[in-house]
Amino acid sequence: MKRSSQPVFWLLFGAGGMLSALFGAGLVFVTGIAAPLGLEPPAAMSYADVLAFSRNWAGKAFVFAVISLFLWHGAHRIYHTLHDLGIPTGLVAKLACYGTALAGTLTAAQSLLKIGF
Amino acid sequence: MAFRRTYVRPMDGWWRRDPFFLRYMAREATSVFVVAYALILLAGVIRLSQGEGAFDDWREGLASPMSVAFHAFLFAVFAYHTWSWFRIMPKTMAPVVVGGRRLAGTTITALGVCAAIAKSIALVVLVRVLAS
Repeated sequence: MKRSSQPVFWLLFGAGGMLSALFGAGLVFVTGIAAPLGLEPPAAMSYADVLAFSRNWAGKAFVFAVISLFLWHGAHRIYHTLHDLGIPTGLVAKLACYGTALAGTLTAAQSLLKIGF
Repeated sequence: MAFRRTYVRPMDGWWRRDPFFLRYMAREATSVFVVAYALILLAGVIRLSQGEGAFDDWREGLASPMSVAFHAFLFAVFAYHTWSWFRIMPKTMAPVVVGGRRLAGTTITALGVCAAIAKSIALVVLVRVLAS
């Protein structure tokens, strides 16, 4: 019997959904609203501090988890909503959705490794 | 052979017919903006790996009024995602039995939303502590 790949995608969808439900609003507030408006200490989003955070193994893991899991969460949900909008969910749609998430995950990993430890 | 004009029920705009479907589509639509935010952060990580000048360009982009307005909208979308995620959680998780009785769905939703509020506030406080 051919095994379905869907449980793997569902697991990534669930992990990303939970992470974004718990931290999403707070992250958007810090990076997109408070820091640009100067409501955070100047060091909060400075190059030196963000670099130090991304060089720490825990910080690196958090940044990687947020970017990649958010992408896999969105890809899976968009893929399954295409059918509801009358768009055929063939191989093309699958590659476009999950392919984008995979490309984003690999790019994030490459950049984070380039930043170093 | 005669062409048969069988009736096919039109499905255009089916999700606008019922508030339940409307909420379903609103919940599904949040995923587009979760991806958008992930791509904004991904751009930031790529710029970070390219050096200080590149990273400051990314931050300058985030400080534009358009960007701040978009993030205010994103904040509302993420808040709705949090609400809808824990709203459907009682249906997606295994039943929890406490003291011989099944935990009510509303309790699970309330606990989830409280956890999300606590985690988001903890994140904002942690950033302040680390940066000062």
